[in-house]
Formats: sequence, structure tokens, C-alpha cells
Amino acid sequence: MSTPVLRVRELSVTFRTEDGPLSAVDHVDLEVTDQEVLAIVGESGCGKSVTAMSLAGLLPRTATVEGSVELDGVELIGADKRTLRSIRGREIAYIFQEPMTSLNPVFTVGTQIGEVLRIHNGMSRSAARKRAVELLKVVGIPSAERRVDDYPHQLSGGMRQRVMIAMAVACDPKVLIADEPTTALDVTIQAGILDVLRGLRERLGTSIVLITHDLGVVADLADRVAVMYAGRVVETAEVHDLFAQPQHPYTAGLLGASPAAGRHAGTHRLNEIPGLVPVLAEQPDACTFADRCPRALDTCTAKQPLLDQGDHQVACWNPVREPVEV
Amino acid sequence: MAVADVTVQAGTPLSSRRRKVVRRLLRNPLAITGLAVLAIAVLAAVFAPWLAPHEPTQTNLGQAFAPPGTAGHLLGTDDLGRDVLSRIMFGLRASLHVGLLAVATSLAIGVPLGLMAGYFRAIDALISRFTDLVLAFPFLILAVGLAAIRGASLGNAAIAIGIAQIPGVIRIVRSETLRLKSLDFVAAAIVEGAGDPWVLGRHILPNAASVIIVQATVAIPAAILGEAVLSFLGLGIQPPAPSLGTMLSDAQQFASRAPWAAVMPGLAIMLLALAFNIVGDSLRDALDPKASRR
Repeated sequence: MSTPVLRVRELSVTFRTEDGPLSAVDHVDLEVTDQEVLAIVGESGCGKSVTAMSLAGLLPRTATVEGSVELDGVELIGADKRTLRSIRGREIAYIFQEPMTSLNPVFTVGTQIGEVLRIHNGMSRSAARKRAVELLKVVGIPSAERRVDDYPHQLSGGMRQRVMIAMAVACDPKVLIADEPTTALDVTIQAGILDVLRGLRERLGTSIVLITHDLGVVADLADRVAVMYAGRVVETAEVHDLFAQPQHPYTAGLLGASPAAGRHAGTHRLNEIPGLVPVLAEQPDACTFADRCPRALDTCTAKQPLLDQGDHQVACWNPVREPVEV
Repeated sequence: MAVADVTVQAGTPLSSRRRKVVRRLLRNPLAITGLAVLAIAVLAAVFAPWLAPHEPTQTNLGQAFAPPGTAGHLLGTDDLGRDVLSRIMFGLRASLHVGLLAVATSLAIGVPLGLMAGYFRAIDALISRFTDLVLAFPFLILAVGLAAIRGASLGNAAIAIGIAQIPGVIRIVRSETLRLKSLDFVAAAIVEGAGDPWVLGRHILPNAASVIIVQATVAIPAAILGEAVLSFLGLGIQPPAPSLGTMLSDAQQFASRAPWAAVMPGLAIMLLALAFNIVGDSLRDALDPKASRR
């Protein structure tokens, strides 16, 4: 295994709220190696987006972030503003979920892509514009020379998301964090965006952290998957291993709850996971999934399971070892 | 050669945008009307010494209270026989001067403070308390104080009015900044590595421009009327020099005998205010990139 580009150690995020503290992420360890696509999956409220935002230092001031996020050996947690500013955009870039509001409505897309280059590389206006056209071609926007002078409202959602990607990769970042990049788009457009991301990884060698709840997207793009539940990573494995043999009951539940042709014939129902993700003031010394788990044991509510070692890691007292029917 | 080509290319989007704004503005008949009224007002004010049929301060008691249409006095005369049309032309000078200077003052101070209050939470409370303070301070006492320190003049009246208008500007810019700050493109700019001045200048200020323009077009007529109040108290323009506001307030004493002496400058103020509002509105629409769809 090559050395990781992004190494997250013991990352914990707690929010101060009016009702007291709220634990969103609890001791998360993640590693992303060169050119790897790591998918973080989980239900809404599992801490996926909070994890992603803490990587880019985007969390509001009510959040307390502990632990370590190392990008190419540079510690990001607690780094001063100047360091963060030089890293953001150049080393680590971010794609938002909502392409409709992520672009400044009063500037052309070419100007906005060029801005990143002008901030970081001190490029001239004209050079930045030329590069913007190139980037628009890279993300597959037809007649880029003309589109570069368009305003965001003249583009469709899929096109805007492509522009966002072009902005994100303008400075050739080492790591691209894509927070639900396809959730707000049509299925046909989704496929196009995923192709663009795959192309970037191959052409520019960018590592991608993909935040999603769409297992189809994961299967399509990811190399490795980390499953999060209630702020903890409960299982991490190569994408094929995970789909072939989910070991954590939660992962198995997620897979069972996603539609696939032919799988649910006869019942016409998806298998749901009963209940909701708990909102936790603090992380208990127990498995947080135990309440909803069909395989829960007495130990599950008494002691927190930790990730075991190896390529396929799972944090469970009673993992699924037999091949599951999915 | 190649270098020149690139420069031309790079120059196109900006200048074409400006041209587009002008074209959109000129396609709007209302905007043309407003611009025409403003142009006439400005020309009349600038060339008043040459255009005015009479000296604005020249009295002629034999001709006092001449109604509009009297030979030589198109809009009539006031209680001292001074020509109303000539006084309106010279009055426009004072009024435009006050309106623009006051609004320039309030924007120059209010916009940066509003941006900072909305963007940096740490100093928001400080700036917001400052606006409360200015708001609570009686406008007239402020103006009297300024006149006492710097002397009573039109310029000082304008600055006093401008200061009184700062809180309105700060509040509007602050709330717009708060709204814009929460949008994704600002977060996107931050993760791209943009610093605070860049975010404020490139992302927030241009998007807040429309509300600032509207605020300015409302504030100009308000400043013109504010000048009348100050001049009435002897804190603005010094008699017998005319301004639209002083003409209006002077004429009230004999409004039943010579209503035109009050109505004419009143109409002038109304037209001026309306023209500023229309032009401001049209400008805001023309600056909006989305407007071309309509």
C-alpha cells in the first residue's frame, strides 16, 4: 500500500448547541492513497458531510474539532488561516451538493474558474481565461469557448455541476472532496458527472473522497468504502468485498434497502432498517446501532466494538460472516 | 501578435457586459424618460447662469406675485418679485449637490461598515450598536453641532444629512451580507482559498449592488428634502441663494396668494425624485444578468 495522501486520525467533531453538546463525528480514522476513490456512505445524519466539511475546515465556529487531518504531511486541524488558504483550492478542493447556489450569479463561469487560478497561481486575466476554456473542455462542456462567457443561470444543473468540478480541479488538487455531487441531478446527468470524476482521477491523478448515500454511485466509482453510522466508521473495505460480503449488520441493511432489478421479486418491498439514526449528546461505550440491529447481543449495549485490523475492517460484536442473500 | 490577440479576447467579456447593460437600459422606455429628466435637470443646473432668464436673487417688488405665464416670468414670481423659473434652475444646483454629496457620504461610510458587520461576527455587535447610537441621536442636533464646528454651509448640511443616513445603509448592507454569506458560492470561494477581502469584494459586494443602488435612489430625494429642513433653520444654504427645499418652505407663508411659488419647486423635487427612483430601478434590472431572459 502506498503512503496515504490524506490521513485522518481520531477525528471527533462536537457541536455546541442550545440543548448542550452534540456529537457528530466520533474518533474517525480514514486514509486515502494516491488516485484512490474513497466513498463514505451512510444514512442522513451519520456524520458524512460533517466529516467532509471538517477536512476542508468549513465547519462553523460552534463545532469543536479534535484529532488530526494530515494532507501530504501537513496538519490541517488547528492550522492558521494563511496555511489553510494556501492549501484550500490548491491541495484540497471541494464540490458541493447543490450546483444551483454554488456559483456566483453575477459573474460568468469563465471569470469564476479563472478566479481560483488568479488567487493561487497569480495568473493574468487572459491566461486564466484560456485555462478556463481548457478546463471546461476537460469536464466535458460542449463549445467551451462560447460557454465560458455564460452566466450560471444560462446553464443547466448538470452543466453547473461540471463547472463546479472545473473550478475545483483548476489548480490540480491532490484531493477532491465531493459531497453528494450527484444527489441534486437527474439520473442521466449523474452518469455523466461520474464519468467526469473518473476521468479526472485517471488524467490528473486526483484522489477523491466521495460522500454519498447512493450505493449505485459507490459501486460505479469507488475503490474503497467506509460505512459511517452515528458518527463512527463501522465498516471499511474494498468496494467489491463490501458488496459481496458486508460484515456489519448496518451495511447489510443498507445493501438490502437499496433497489436492484430482480432482487425483490415476489415481495415488491425493499427491506428497510427500522428506526432512525440516534442524535447523541455524547458517544456511549456501546454499539450505537444495537437498538436497530437484528443481530444484537448483550455485549453490544455494554461495550463499544472497535474496528478490527486487516483489509476488511468491521466494528461489530456479532458480524455477519456467512454469505448474505442480497 | 499572439499576445495582442489574447489581450483583445480577454477584454471582450468585460466591455461586452458593460455594453449589454447599456443596451438593456436604453431598451426600457421608462429608463430613457428618467434619464432624460435627470439630464435636463443636470444641464439646467450646470448652465443655470447662462440659461436663466433672470438673476435668481434679483427682487422686483412691482412684479411681486406675478402668476405663471406673465411676460418674462414663465413660472411666475414670488413675494419679492423674484423669477421662480430662474430660482428653480439655481435651486437645482444646490439640491443636486446636497443629494449626491449626502448619499456619497453615507455610502462611503455605510457600505464598508455594513459589509464588515455582516461578515465578521466579532465586530457585528460593535457596528450595530454604533448604528443604534447614530439612529438615536437627533438629526437636527447633529446638524447644529456640525454647523457650529465647521460653519453653516451647504456642504456641511450635506455631510450632516449623509451621516444621518448611514444607519439605513449599514442595516441594509449588513442584512444582505448575512444572506449572501450563507450561500454556497461564498463557501465555494473559501474552499478555493479566497481570503476575506476577496470574498467581500468579489462575491458579496457585487451581489449586494442592487440593494445598494435602490437604497441610494431613495436616499437622494430624502437628502434633497432634508436640505430644505436644514436651510429653513439657517443651517444649510444661506438666503437669498435658492434651493428647491428653501423655495418650498418660504412659499408656504403666502401659499394661498401665490400657490405657484410653492407648487413649482415642489413639482421639480417630485420629478427629480421620481427620475432618480426610475433610473435606479432600471439600472438594477439592467445589471441583473438574469434579466436578459425576460
